[in-house]
Amino acid sequence: MAISLTVNGKKRQVEGDPAKPLLWVLREDLDLVGTKFGCGAGLCGACTVHVDGQAVRSCQTLLGDVKDAAITTIEGAAVTDVGKRVAASWIAQDVPQCGYCQAGQIMSATALLSQTPKPTDEDIDAAMMGNLCRCSTYVRIRAAIKAAAA
Amino acid sequence: MSAATLTRRGFIAASLMAGGGLLFDLAVPMAQAADGTPVILNAFIRILPDNRVIIGAKNAEIGQGTKTMLPMLIAEELDVDWTQVTVEQTHADVKIFGGQSAGGSRTTAREWLPTRQAGAAARAMLVAAAAAQWGVSADTLTTASGRVTDPQSGKSVAYAALAAAAAKLSAPDPATLKLKDPARFSIIGQSIGGVDTPAIVAGKPLFGIDFKLPDMLYAVLETCPAFGGTFKSANLDAVRALPGIAHVLTIKGDGTPESGFDGVAILAKSWWTANQARETLKVEWDDSAVTGFSTQGYATQAATRAKGKADADILRTGNIDAAFASAGKVVAADYRYPFLAHATLEPQNCTALFKDGAIEIWAPTQNPESGRGLVATALNLPPEKIRINFSRIGGGFGRRLMNDYMVQASLVAAQVPGVPVKLLFTRADDMRRDFYRPAGWHGFRAALDKGGALIAFHDHFITFAKDGKPVRSAELSPGELPAGLVDTVLLEQSFLSTNMPTGWLRAPGSNALAFVYQAFLDEIAAAAGKDLPTLMLELLSKAAQVNQGANRPPLVTARAKGVIEKALTMGDWANRKALPKGQGKGFAFYYSHAGYFAEVLEVEVADGVPKVKNVWVAGDVGSQIINPINALHQVQGSVIEGLGQALAGQAITQVAGAIEQANFDTHPLQRIPDTPVIHVEFVKTDYPPTGLGEPALPPVIPALVNAIHAATGKRIRSLPVTAEMLA
Repeated sequence: MAISLTVNGKKRQVEGDPAKPLLWVLREDLDLVGTKFGCGAGLCGACTVHVDGQAVRSCQTLLGDVKDAAITTIEGAAVTDVGKRVAASWIAQDVPQCGYCQAGQIMSATALLSQTPKPTDEDIDAAMMGNLCRCSTYVRIRAAIKAAAA
Repeated sequence: MSAATLTRRGFIAASLMAGGGLLFDLAVPMAQAADGTPVILNAFIRILPDNRVIIGAKNAEIGQGTKTMLPMLIAEELDVDWTQVTVEQTHADVKIFGGQSAGGSRTTAREWLPTRQAGAAARAMLVAAAAAQWGVSADTLTTASGRVTDPQSGKSVAYAALAAAAAKLSAPDPATLKLKDPARFSIIGQSIGGVDTPAIVAGKPLFGIDFKLPDMLYAVLETCPAFGGTFKSANLDAVRALPGIAHVLTIKGDGTPESGFDGVAILAKSWWTANQARETLKVEWDDSAVTGFSTQGYATQAATRAKGKADADILRTGNIDAAFASAGKVVAADYRYPFLAHATLEPQNCTALFKDGAIEIWAPTQNPESGRGLVATALNLPPEKIRINFSRIGGGFGRRLMNDYMVQASLVAAQVPGVPVKLLFTRADDMRRDFYRPAGWHGFRAALDKGGALIAFHDHFITFAKDGKPVRSAELSPGELPAGLVDTVLLEQSFLSTNMPTGWLRAPGSNALAFVYQAFLDEIAAAAGKDLPTLMLELLSKAAQVNQGANRPPLVTARAKGVIEKALTMGDWANRKALPKGQGKGFAFYYSHAGYFAEVLEVEVADGVPKVKNVWVAGDVGSQIINPINALHQVQGSVIEGLGQALAGQAITQVAGAIEQANFDTHPLQRIPDTPVIHVEFVKTDYPPTGLGEPALPPVIPALVNAIHAATGKRIRSLPVTAEMLA
């Protein structure tokens, strides 16, 4: 069946199973591969996107559940003021090592700063602890969020 | 670019590109690699008509920073500004690029000299071209920012304008090249962010998993849960009948994990569709030969073996029985550690296209040439019919030194000629089809004389072996300290067998051995009434060097002492007893991958939960930190990863030949709240620079358990640390 979505501000039509996770719709059907597959179980956060401004795990979000929702992926993240600041901060701090988790980290950080412009360390822990970094770039993730908030 | 023809003396060709640019094709055979292996370097440098410079990065980028670091070395000696440089990843070809494996923290040591010579050779040719044009001696000319200048006449010319002339010159002998005085470095020693960082932040397709070809099919692969089980039968037709399924086929392994085992592949236009079909797939495996292996079984066997005679000596010096008989005090303790998975965040994957008797592969691999050999054997293809392209890699940690996924993708692709296939593991596949850090058991004894001096040391190591030799990453070196610093030492080993594939996990061997050796030495120090750094400094005063066995540089005790003293100062070790109750500092030193690291760690244990507050790290990796920001990142990551191995609850366990864990709930990693403050300083010594991907990791684990002892009085002798141990 055809399902319409708004992704990064553009209307998109997807022919597909409503039970298909949004992660795979983005990666396979819409060619937006910046959103990453890490665990398929909502445990690592690599697939984090925004649905109506909320950070969600796209591997646990079904296509049928996001009909008519506004979805933002890493490819469209550096558009808002907060998104631009986060991207600039991530580059300035040279946060990534392998880089694989960073799309998810940036999406979680952007959601955090959109809702909590001046987060405390506890706010950062709470918002970011669902995002694993196997290279352990956590020192810079925290620093980059603080720099983007300032 | 074309393949260079190598000669014994080296070959550098410069050629004019269409459009007026200059291409340097450099092959410089060198024999100066630190580990003694001959090295052939071949970098490529392209100077574009607008004077921008493209530098090829020849090694796989796994987060260790090599894609930035190697081009920095070339740019420094070429004498261009970093802002002029664009870095491109090369493909895999030893004939063109020389060694391309990314492992063992070896790249820096291997490339430090030849890669700079590659840049210097290109610079020398450009200078020679300018000298000829101006009729002056090359010695009188200077370079900077991609220009040659004559200080006498004030003339200056961009490298690009010299392209046509330089292309006609013959190459200099690398031995005649004068490299820059380090005091004049303008790129080496500067903090330069990762060359891919902006693309990562923008979500660009950089990784193997992101690579797509037109009409590509995705594949999932079912293998026997118990390693080594063989395929008997399956309801293949039932799976073929499912909507969206393009092919269901079987692949045959050769019985070794390196080449992949028997499997059933399901191919579809959508990976999700293919993976869903696994719910329908029912496979009958013959696993009767491998279901007897289990974690419980290993533990029982290890306990039995520990009481008996060892299978083989590793090192025997002095008279061990006499030394223990004469001892004033004997310290004994048993230590153990579990199997671990690599759990790279990008699951193993590989794309392959078989066509007209040749195969092209797009692989996130740390070791492409090994993969080429395996694919050649599996498909019965000549190696030159296999082209391997690199991608950026979503975490290596040693997992991608193995190329099982490359063989499997190739075996699948060969059955659907002309159709590109991307094989992608699920997280459970990835965790259950790993090459695990092997578990191990150590029965330690130490003899002290009446004055508290360590006079004899004994380790009965129970490890895994095949055909009488330790399996991959299950070895113990005869140079393991305190060996070499104590007169009477017995290191011996006994062997268990397993069907679990084993492999190199970041700082292989060392990540486990540092824990048991430095923790037990902390017990020895306590029994002698001193602290571990004091004991280590005493021991290290007994020799100038400790041999580490074949192909490993010897440990230089002066360098070890240098980082120990530095870490003690950084971590205010002298005042450690002033900490409140429930807090403590621990220390450890370890030498691995040619790097010397001493670490002091501060922990607070409340209600049985350890929280690491500070880690002070002093490291010596030679005369030059090439990219300081990346050096800091490597150390931070090593420290947190090591803490994860001890504290996150990681242990791979096996029942009836199969792995129990499937995802990050049962094999957890550290998360952001677990991050301590990490203080890093480097001690510079007059040795060529060596790698930093690994050596900072091993000492953090014993520093942690030694700190837990200082805080609680409890000895941690097995990993992972659990609440029960601290209750």
